[in-house]
Amino acid sequence: MSTINKSVPKVEAKDKISGKMKYVSDYHVEGLHYAKTVRSTIAKGVIQSIELPPLPEGVTIVDYQDIPGKNVVKMIYEDWPVFAEKNISHYGEPIMLVVGPSKEMVQAVFDKIKITYQEETPIFDMVQSKVDYHFTKGDPQTAFQEAKKTIKYTYETGYQEQAYIEPQGFIGTLEDEKVTLIGSIQAPYYVKNAVIDTLSCKPEDVRIIQATVGGAFGGKEEFPSLIGCQLAVALKKVKKPIKLIYEREEDMEVTTKRHPSKITMEAAIDEENNITAIKSHVGIDGGAFLGLSSVVLSRAMIAATSAYTINHLQVDGDVYITNTVPNGAFRGFGAPQMIFAVEMFINHLAKDLNEDVHDFRLRHLAKQGDKTTTSGTFRDPILMPEMIKKACQISGYHKKKALYESSEKMKGIGMSWFLHGCGFTGSGEADHIKAKVKLRKDEADHVYLEIAAVDMGQGAKTTLMKVAAEVLELPLEAIHFANPDTDIVPDSGPTVASRTAMVVGGLVARAAQEINENWQSGKPQIVHKSYKQPDYMEWDQATFNGDAYPAYSWGVNVVEVSVDPASLEVRVEHIWSVYDVGKSLDDNIVIGQADGGTAQGVAYGYLEVMNHRNGKLLQKNMTDYVIPTAVDMAKTETVLFDNPFAYGPYGAKGAGELTLVGGAPAVAIAIEMAINKRVSKIPATPEYLMELMNND
Amino acid sequence: MTKITFTFNGKPIELHTDPSRRFLDVIRNDLKHTGPKEGCGEGECGACAVLINGHIVNSCILPLANVHHQEVMTIEGFSKTKRYAVIEEAFIKEGAVQCGICIPGMIIAVESLLNRNPNPSDEEIRVGLSGNLCRCTGYNMIVKAVLRAKEMGKGLW
Ligand code: FES
Ligand code: FES
Repeated sequence: MSTINKSVPKVEAKDKISGKMKYVSDYHVEGLHYAKTVRSTIAKGVIQSIELPPLPEGVTIVDYQDIPGKNVVKMIYEDWPVFAEKNISHYGEPIMLVVGPSKEMVQAVFDKIKITYQEETPIFDMVQSKVDYHFTKGDPQTAFQEAKKTIKYTYETGYQEQAYIEPQGFIGTLEDEKVTLIGSIQAPYYVKNAVIDTLSCKPEDVRIIQATVGGAFGGKEEFPSLIGCQLAVALKKVKKPIKLIYEREEDMEVTTKRHPSKITMEAAIDEENNITAIKSHVGIDGGAFLGLSSVVLSRAMIAATSAYTINHLQVDGDVYITNTVPNGAFRGFGAPQMIFAVEMFINHLAKDLNEDVHDFRLRHLAKQGDKTTTSGTFRDPILMPEMIKKACQISGYHKKKALYESSEKMKGIGMSWFLHGCGFTGSGEADHIKAKVKLRKDEADHVYLEIAAVDMGQGAKTTLMKVAAEVLELPLEAIHFANPDTDIVPDSGPTVASRTAMVVGGLVARAAQEINENWQSGKPQIVHKSYKQPDYMEWDQATFNGDAYPAYSWGVNVVEVSVDPASLEVRVEHIWSVYDVGKSLDDNIVIGQADGGTAQGVAYGYLEVMNHRNGKLLQKNMTDYVIPTAVDMAKTETVLFDNPFAYGPYGAKGAGELTLVGGAPAVAIAIEMAINKRVSKIPATPEYLMELMNND
Repeated sequence: MTKITFTFNGKPIELHTDPSRRFLDVIRNDLKHTGPKEGCGEGECGACAVLINGHIVNSCILPLANVHHQEVMTIEGFSKTKRYAVIEEAFIKEGAVQCGICIPGMIIAVESLLNRNPNPSDEEIRVGLSGNLCRCTGYNMIVKAVLRAKEMGKGLW
C-alpha cells in the first residue's frame, strides 16, 4: 500500500513562517495608484444625482460608462453588475472607483462625493423566489398517504462570514493593451473570463496571476471576479498601476457570506417507527444578485438526507432575492445548512418517537449499494458503522451521554454523522469545467506542474507535488509548482468543491505516469491531460436524477460542551472527529484541514453571529464578528480511515469541505443535552438559549 | 515632521516624519519590511505584531511616536535568532502553517509568551496566543508546535 500519507514538511512553510512570503499587499510597483470604491448608502432605490468635487490632477473617477464590454460579472447567472448604473439593489453596492496617486488624495475626493437617491421599499424577507428546483425519489406521495404519523419541523441558520485573515484585493498593471492582475484568488480563470467579457477584449490581453492567498474558504471563489473587472476597467482608463485592496470593514460589509436558510422537513413514519419518506423545503437567502446561489441551493438539496437513506423523497427549494449583500461560496456550499437541519430533525424525530437516538440513526444509515437522494448509487464501501464506533470509543460518548442526560449540571455531548459529495455536481466537471493540466520536464529532469490549482493554505502545492514525485519516483526537490499564471498554465478549473486533490490530483498523476512511461533523461518533455468522467456517472440536470457526485467522503464529529448556568455562554470542551477521505495524501495536511474545518463548523453552530438592520450588516470588523480564538477552541482529536477511491490519485477523495459540515449540528445537539431544550436555530447564542429556557 | 529614533532589528534608525502615523505603515511602506501583515487594522487579529523591548505589540494601532527610543524587532529580525530556529522547526514538524498570513504574528506571540513563561501549559499557551487570530488551523497544531518548541528550546528562554 502506498505510504504517500506520511507527512512531509510543507513546501512553502519556511517562507511563510519567516515573513518572506509575498501576499498581494506586499508587492511593490513603481508609480502605484490607489483605488477606493464609492458605494450606495441605501438598500433599494434609484440614483438621482451624483455630485463630484473638482478633481485634482491625477485623480480619476471610473464608473459603468467606462466599461467597454458588458456591465455584468460573468458567473453562472449574469445578473451582477460591475458598477451600478441607476438602480441600487443592496447597501454597499459599488457605484464607482476613485483612483489617484496617493491614498490621501483619493480619500479627499471620496469624502466630497454626494449621491442622492430616490429610495424604494426594500425586501428583506425570503418571499421573492428567483430560482426554484424540485426533485423526487421513489414515491413520496404514497408513503405519506400510508404513514402512521407525520412529523414536521423547521430549522433556521444565519449568516457566516469567511473571515479569512487577509482581505480581498488585486494589484493591476497595464502594458500596451494587456491587463495583468495579481490577486488573492481561488479561481484564476474565473477572473480571466469575467474580465474578458467586461473589457470585450481578446483572451491574450488579460493575464491573471495568483498571489499567495492568505485564506479564502470560498470567499475568494467568485467575488474576486467583481473586483478584477472593476480594476481592469480602471486600468484601461487611468493607464497606471493600481492597487485595489479592501480594508477589513469594507471586506466584511460587501463581500459574499454563507446564505442564511430556512429549511422545513416533514417525515412519514411507519408502524415500526421508521422513516419511510421525507418532504423538504430548502429556502436560501441569495441577497441582491444570484451569483452562485442556484448551485449552492442544488448542493443543499442533494444533501437532503445527508448520511441516511430514505427511499421516498420530495425535495423543493428556492433561492430568494433580498435587498442585502449577495451571498455566495463558503466551504461546504449549501451542505452545512442542510446537514444541520437533517441532523437536528433525526434527533428530534427519535425523541418524539421515544426511540434511542443512536439506534434510530443506525437503522437509517446509508449502506453501500443504497440509492442516493438523487437515485444514484453509493458504489463504494461505506465505513460509517466502524467510524461511529471509533468516535464513540475515543470520546467516551455513551458513558458521557448517560451521565449528562441524568445530571443537573449543564453539560452535553453531541454527535453528527454526515457525508460530502466530492467535486462538482453531476456532469459539471465534464461539461463545464473540462479541467486541463500540463506537466513539463526540463533538461535537468526537473518536473514543473503547470496547473491553475491554488494553494490557499490547504496544502495543494505539497500534496500535488507529492503525487507527481511518487509517480515519477523523484525526490520532492525535483518537482516544482509555482503560483498559477494564466499566461503559463491551462485552465485546471477553480480551486473549489473539494475537487483539487481528487480531480486535478488525478490528472497530475496520469500526466506524470505518461512522462514516466516515455522518460527520456536530459530531454525536455511536455504532457497535457484533460478530465474524463468516470464511465459510471450518469446525471440529468433537469430532473436531478443520477449520480450527483463521483464519490462521497464521510465523517463523524463529537463535541462536548458545558453551558454556564448564569450567562448561558457555551464553552466547547473537546472535539473528536473521524473522517474517511479515501486515502490521505499527507496526514498532517488532512488533519490540519480537519482541525480548521471543524473549528469553523462548530463556531458556525454557536459563536459566529452576523445579522443586518435595514440591509446594513451590524458586524463589520473582527471585534464585532467573533471568530474563535485559541481559548475558544478546544482540543481536537482526529482519526482518519483508509478507504481508497479507485478514481482518485492513490485513492484520494475530497477533504476540505467535509470537515466543516458536521460541526454545527454536533455542537447544537450537545447544547440541547446541556439545557434540555430543543435547538432549531443556529447560531445558538446565549440570547437564543435564554429564549428557549424561558419558553416553558 | 518630528525626529524619531529607535532600534530596528538591531540597527539604529532615525526617521523624520509625522509621529502620529501608524507604526505598521512605517514598517511596511517606509522601512519596506512586509513580514508584519495587516489583517484587521484595529488591534484584533495580531497579524501585524512586532516585539517592542521583547513584548508583543500590535503595530497597526501604535503611533510611531510610541517607539521613540525603544527596541523594535520584526519577524525579519527575529528570524535570524536561535530561538526563532527552534520555533520554526516546531511549526514545520507539527504542520501548524496553512495560509500563513497569521503566522509571522503568531511567531512573535510565541516568542513573547516564552519570554514571559518558558514552560507554559496547554491552557497557558491558548491564553498567551489568544490575541492572534488564525482562521485556518483551529489552533490545535499551533498549540502542539509551542509545546514542542518549549521542549526543544529548553534553556533558550
Ligand atoms: S492588523 Fe493589527 S491587529 Fe489586526
Ligand atoms: S494559517 Fe491562515 S490564518 Fe492562520
